[in-house]
Amino acid sequence: MSKKHATISARKKKELIKIGLITIVAAVFAVIFLTPIVLTITNSFMSQTEINANYGAIFARNDKGGKIFISEAVHLKFFPDMVSFSQYITVLFKSPEYLFKFWNSVILVAPIVVFQLLVALFAAYGFTRAKGKLKEIVFFSYIILMLMPYQVTLVPNYLVSKWLHLIDTRWAIWLPGIASPFAVYLLTKFMRRIPTSYIEAAQIDGAGEWQIFRKICVPLCKSCLYSVAILVFIDYWNMVEQPLILLSDTEMHPLSVFLSQINTGETGLAFAVATIYMIPGLLVFLYGEDYLVEGIMYQGGIKG
Amino acid sequence: MKLTKEKKPKKNKSKLQQRNRRQRVGAGLFLAPSLIGVFTFFILPFFVVIYYSVVDNPITANFVGFENFVKVFNNGAFKLAAGNTLHFSFIAVPLAVVLSLILAAMLDKKIPFRSQFRTFFLTPMMVPVASIVLIVQVMVDMNGSVNEFLSRFGVKAIDWFKSDYAQWVVVLLFLWKNLGYNMILFLSALESIPRDIIEVAEMESANNWQIFWNIKIRYLSPTILFVTILSLINSFKIFREVFLLTSGYPYDPLYFLQTFMNNMFGSLDYQKLSTAAIIMALAMIVIIGALFLVENHFGKDVEE
Repeated sequence: MSKKHATISARKKKELIKIGLITIVAAVFAVIFLTPIVLTITNSFMSQTEINANYGAIFARNDKGGKIFISEAVHLKFFPDMVSFSQYITVLFKSPEYLFKFWNSVILVAPIVVFQLLVALFAAYGFTRAKGKLKEIVFFSYIILMLMPYQVTLVPNYLVSKWLHLIDTRWAIWLPGIASPFAVYLLTKFMRRIPTSYIEAAQIDGAGEWQIFRKICVPLCKSCLYSVAILVFIDYWNMVEQPLILLSDTEMHPLSVFLSQINTGETGLAFAVATIYMIPGLLVFLYGEDYLVEGIMYQGGIKG
Repeated sequence: MKLTKEKKPKKNKSKLQQRNRRQRVGAGLFLAPSLIGVFTFFILPFFVVIYYSVVDNPITANFVGFENFVKVFNNGAFKLAAGNTLHFSFIAVPLAVVLSLILAAMLDKKIPFRSQFRTFFLTPMMVPVASIVLIVQVMVDMNGSVNEFLSRFGVKAIDWFKSDYAQWVVVLLFLWKNLGYNMILFLSALESIPRDIIEVAEMESANNWQIFWNIKIRYLSPTILFVTILSLINSFKIFREVFLLTSGYPYDPLYFLQTFMNNMFGSLDYQKLSTAAIIMALAMIVIIGALFLVENHFGKDVEE
């Protein structure tokens, strides 16, 4: 009896040690995952002099002449010696170009998110209601398209934009973005899960296609819509390839492209701008993490 | 009496047909916006891309068969880029699958702060890479903190982006960004494994390793396939990071297919662009098809 008891407590002890070890490993990973983000944010509160003192050896070397070369060594610092808002003041009030680029990003991304979802909602309903082999073929080609890297789809996009004289206008980025099959795929997968009995019941009550769509399918898809919106937003907020190729006018470039071209003498500013650029994503994440997680699961086809 | 009996089903049938037709037309209307978009921006121009790949140039348009393909295959830059891309994907994709599975298995245990860890692991995907690029520079620069740290152990400083380890830096960046996303997929797949099977195995005194290898892996195999495909697609997006860090003409190991395509856009060589796009598309289809076949073979016995 007591022997059995002893083995159980030994096993429990072993289990506890295992849990402890796993927690420590997870914590190490968490630190690795968060460090770059934390560093970017804390460094944005350093004054330019402090940045130069810490990273001068890196960024000054890239600058011709190295006029702000201060120290040979680099100190990766987590906390500024003195919290300074000077970078933010410059970004927000003194040099409007950064805010202007931020606005460019918003203008490029917002219509894509809104209209891609709208078009996709219609299409998802169409795919759910349509019958026959043709539909299967079309849906399959949507999936193939979705799997293609940007570098492949950008070639047809570029050709069409050229024929329609859209190159160097925002339409060249908006229209292919809106037509992108990604949201269609996810929403269709979700809508197919709606029990046909709901739709049949509505039909018996005399509802037309539009009413079924508007009153049954769209309300049931609400959470999925949020999830897809977050995923689409992340993808386009990060865009680099499309503006580089389709917009030769750098005035229209989004902040994601512009950030890499910030003058090396303005590294402190760059940290502040980088932080501001992170905010929308982090806010979306803060409020929508559960939707995001659900969205990832729909994509995996495990749930939804 | 007899007459009405015969008439009724007939009338019903025609009503059903009418309803079916209405449904079909309705579905078509709902699909129209998306179909128009996808056909104009992706599918129709892709036929033009195929056409461009088999003619000598768009103006004279002489049919040359596979000459363009031979040319691209013999092109030094393309060979370098294709080799690098394959090399990168072969390292990064398996690592991403294995590591995210390990992370998911860790969070599948009852460890403290489980949901916080999930949040932390997922945060990098919400952060625009453009924001992180500065910190990456500070870390891996010639005078950066990684070198400084290594110098304490007597390791000589190297310029990471111009060394044999250049791809590894990008692999780390790729993992940093994608592990959380993949982990969510595995986490929900792990949760959906029927508990009773595992309990039976435990009663038969199977050890953890046996349970993992003989039961869990088989249930996970569709998810493993999905995560592999997703990581493959995402590994093609790494161009953004590489471009932001090194611009259009990086050190050789970082010259990826994406860089090649981007530079082709710059020189507007339609033949090379089209041919390379088709080669990439075919390669993707072949690789993904092969993965499906492997999964079909491996996960067959749990499907039912």
